[in-house]
Formats: sequence, structure tokens, C-alpha cells
Amino acid sequence: MSNVVDKPLLAVKDLCVSYGKIEALSNANLAVGEGQIVTVIGPNGAGKTTLLSALMGVLPSKGEICLDGKIETSPPIKEMIAQGMSLVPEKRALFATMSVEDNLRLGSFRFHRRPKKEHEASMEEMFALFPRLKERRNQLAATLSGGERQMLALARALMGKPRLLMLDEPSLGLAPLIVREVFRIIAELRRKGVSILLIEQNARAALRVADYAYVLELGHIAMEGPASQLANDPRVIEAYLGSSGKHQEMLST
Amino acid sequence: MNYQIVMLLGQDGVTNGAIYALLALSILLVFTVTRILLIPQGEFVSFAALCMAAMEGGKPLYIGWLLLALSLAALALEAKERYQANGKLQLKGGDFAFTLYSLAACALLATAPLGTAGKPIQALLTLGLIVPLGPLMYRVFFQAIAAGHSLVLLIVSIAVHVALVGIGLLMFGAEGARIQPFSEGSIQLGGANINSQTLWVVAVSLILIVALYFFFEKTLYGKALRATAVNRLGAELVGISPELAGKASFSLAALIGALSGILIAPITTIYFDSGFVISLKGFVGSIIGGLASYPVAAIGALGIGLAEAFSTFWASSYKEVIVFTLILPFLLWRSLAHGGVEEEE
Repeated sequence: MSNVVDKPLLAVKDLCVSYGKIEALSNANLAVGEGQIVTVIGPNGAGKTTLLSALMGVLPSKGEICLDGKIETSPPIKEMIAQGMSLVPEKRALFATMSVEDNLRLGSFRFHRRPKKEHEASMEEMFALFPRLKERRNQLAATLSGGERQMLALARALMGKPRLLMLDEPSLGLAPLIVREVFRIIAELRRKGVSILLIEQNARAALRVADYAYVLELGHIAMEGPASQLANDPRVIEAYLGSSGKHQEMLST
Repeated sequence: MNYQIVMLLGQDGVTNGAIYALLALSILLVFTVTRILLIPQGEFVSFAALCMAAMEGGKPLYIGWLLLALSLAALALEAKERYQANGKLQLKGGDFAFTLYSLAACALLATAPLGTAGKPIQALLTLGLIVPLGPLMYRVFFQAIAAGHSLVLLIVSIAVHVALVGIGLLMFGAEGARIQPFSEGSIQLGGANINSQTLWVVAVSLILIVALYFFFEKTLYGKALRATAVNRLGAELVGISPELAGKASFSLAALIGALSGILIAPITTIYFDSGFVISLKGFVGSIIGGLASYPVAAIGALGIGLAEAFSTFWASSYKEVIVFTLILPFLLWRSLAHGGVEEEE
């Protein structure tokens, strides 16, 4: 089985990443369709972050990364940005000593030759999507709360008008209420037509929002299928949704 | 020691301190953006001063050849990297820009009567010759190892410095040089003579510091450089390439160094190897700022200049010892206050 879509935005074939002699990711195959949310779930150390880093060109890799029909092997990071890929890393990588506005402004740096009006317009768009950021537009990023930082990281990535947004554990370390807000925004972004590759430990919430899902274990893709189907798979329930599922259910709805 | 002497020493201290402050800012800028401790910062200073002196004296200038050699090396590296990436030799028109510029510079230096050109034109020419050395230096020596360990970057930085000092000896000879002041005369202020050269140095330094402030606070490119210093991965993810940031910070360093060299040329005799000690004092200033704070670094460097001036009066032969010993209490204080600095990545 595979994620069959008419127009795959991203198609990955036999992607391998090694740290020295240790293979962190072996022969991963996956696809993200235009306008889809695809999630990759899996335990700690399964290679999820490695997968995203390789896709973004942060880490060298082997295998084919096909974006919009253009095949690349171990692409440089600037190539991927030019193609419209955007990564929000787990640690956010914000510009801590700069203001919220400046963080956003730099988010659209890849369009720096375009007129200033355009940047201001997309900043206002972001403020409409994240009203909290508007309130704090002149504050330094370092003074924001964890949830606000995640919002800023998302908004900064969106300023680059990505075609594929890759999110690494966007709910990690956030309070349940904020987690809900993050997933609400992810769903809203899909309505706006942004394709998303989402990596999550919060499997329940991820499977609810996604169209298609992959389970990554020890560097291999162990399972895949439509998200709703995977959410009902007994193996997935046992390993990732677990007996504490009820508890998580309460937290993430 | 009377009032007159205090004013005189103070004036000396402020003049040198302003130069050290500029160099401290430059070293800090390059370090925070690229993690490279720019030891060759001083060569920009001495080369610029010696360029000015050679033009004034009507002597032949060989620095165009250094520019040409570096730009050819940059071109070769560019071709090699493209070949490795794409499997074919591709060079665009823009890749030849530095080479053509260097050729033009060589031609100009060989033919034009620079000795009679006048100070402002000589100064502009000097900037035009020294500033391109910055981005070329980054391209040739550092770009390929930019992600390497900071110790590797430091060692390469020292090597580039040593090589440039040698090349400086070849280009300018072993004799020191000093140029005529930009303007004669002095003004009376509070019963003391203020030398016009002091005013030049202080004014240009202040203008440069204000300009840098606006560049970093108000322009997108300045913010992009700051962003690279704050979070390298974040900067790369929004499309600020490390190469661009590296070349830009080295260009600024070369500009600041060259301006400092032009300013200092009428004040002290500069030799081919004088740059190192001058920029080392700027470095002490940036250490006082913890290699992080621009205002503290500038004030620290000004303090170094004053300490140097007054120790020249009291204990002339121990002048350098006193200045460099000043770094110890600051290092001690910094390490006690912060418990050691951890690497970000």
C-alpha cells in the first residue's frame, strides 16, 4: 500500500541517512499530495527528526527526493527553500533577541527583492491568524511563552509562503490547551491549501488531523495507511494510542 | 602631571581608543556571525595605511596583484564546486566580477598618476582596493570549512594572518610609513589644543558607529546578519545563506579595517606587521564585551586606548604589558559570572 495521489508534491524514494556507520533512516518511501496533511508518528529515536532534516537538506542523505517532479539527491538547504519547502524544527530556532515583527520579516527573507508592501501584507495575514502575536509584535521572541514561541515559529515559516510545511513535534512541551490551538491552526492551514508533513509524538491528535499516516520504527517505515484507518489498527492502538488513550483523548480534544 | 598633560594624554587615548572601538566592533561582528576570530583584521588596517602612504609617496603599488590572485583562486574554487555538484563546468557572468574588477585595479594602479590625486581620491581608491579583500578572503579560506569546529576556524584564521603579514612585507617593504595629516591646525577647547586629526578620527568613528547601528537595526540585510548571529539554523531555514552572511560580515570587517587604517596613517608610523597589535587591542575590547555586547566592547576599547595613553606617560616600556594585563581581571570576572560559556550547537 502507498499514498496514491494524483499529483504528489513530495515523493521520497529509498531515502537513507547515516551518522557514521549507524543508519538512522533506511530506505524510506513516502509521498505527500498537494493539499494533504501527512503525518509520521513513531517512538523517540525512530528517526523522525532525521527524516525531516534530510528532506530539508540540513543532513546529507542518499536516495531520491522528488519535489514537484524535480528529482534531487541530497539537496542543499537553499535549493529546498527555493522550491518552497519550509521546516519548523523541534527547537523552533527563533531569533530570540529580536522582536516578533523582525522574526516575521526575516521569515520572508527569500523574497527580499520583492516590494516591502507585500511583506507587510503577509505580516498582517499572520497577525490575523495568530492574534496573540499581534499583541506582542514589539516584544523580543525570548520573552514569549512556549505556546507563543511555537506560534511565532509557525508564522515565521508561513511568511516564506511554503508549498510544503514540515513541522517537527509542534506540540512538544506545550500545555494541553495550547496543543489544541496548534492543531486547530494546522487544520486551518490545510483549508488554506498548505500541504503539511507533520511529525508528532501525540499520535492521537496527529492521526485525527491527517489524511495519511506513516509509522516510523527504528529507521524503517513499519506501517502506513489512511490516517483514519491507522487510528483503528489494533497494533497502532496498542503501541501509540495505548491504554492511556482515554486520558490523552481528554487532553487533546 | 598637570592639566595640559592630562588633556594631551586624554586626547591621544580617545584617538586610539576610537580606532580600537571600531576594530572591536568588527571582530565582534565577524565572530558572532561566522564564529571566526578574525586575526587578519589588523592586516586590513596596515595594508590600507601603507596603500595611502605608497600613493602619497608616488611609489608603485602591488596590492592589485594580491586582489587578482585571490579573485582567481575564488573563481577556481567556484568552478570546482560547481563541477562537483553538477558534473559539468558552468560559470556565470557574475562569477567573473571580482576578476575583472581586480584586472581593472591592476591596470589603474600601473598607469594612473596617483601621487597627485589628492587625499580624498586616494582614500576612496584605498577603500576600493582593501574592501574586496574581505569577501574574497572569506570565499577562498573559510567558505568551505564554515561549518567546521571553531578551533579549526581559528587555526585557519591565524594562518591567513601569518601569510598576509609575509605578503605585506613583499608588497610594501620593511620600511614604516606615515602620511601627511588630512588637515592642518588645531582648535582650542577648554585651554587645551585639540589636534585636527583627533577630530577626524573621532568624527569618522562616530559616524561609522551610528551607520552600523542603523544598518543592523533598520535594514533587512542588517537584521539578516544579526539573525545569523542569534540562530544559525533558524537563519538558514528562512533562506539567509551562510555564504552571504559570511561574505557580508567580512566585507564590513574589511571596510572598518581599511577606514581605521586611513585614519591612523597620519598619527602613527605603520609597518607591514603593525596591524596585529592594533587589532589585538580591539580584540581586548571585544573580550571585555564578552564577545557578545557591542556597546560594552566599544566602551572597553575606548578604555584600552586611555589606559595605553596614560601608561605611556608613567611607564612607557611597560605600556603593552599593562594594556594586555587588563584583560585578565575581565576574563576572571566573566568566567566567574557565567561559569563558562557553552557552545550553542
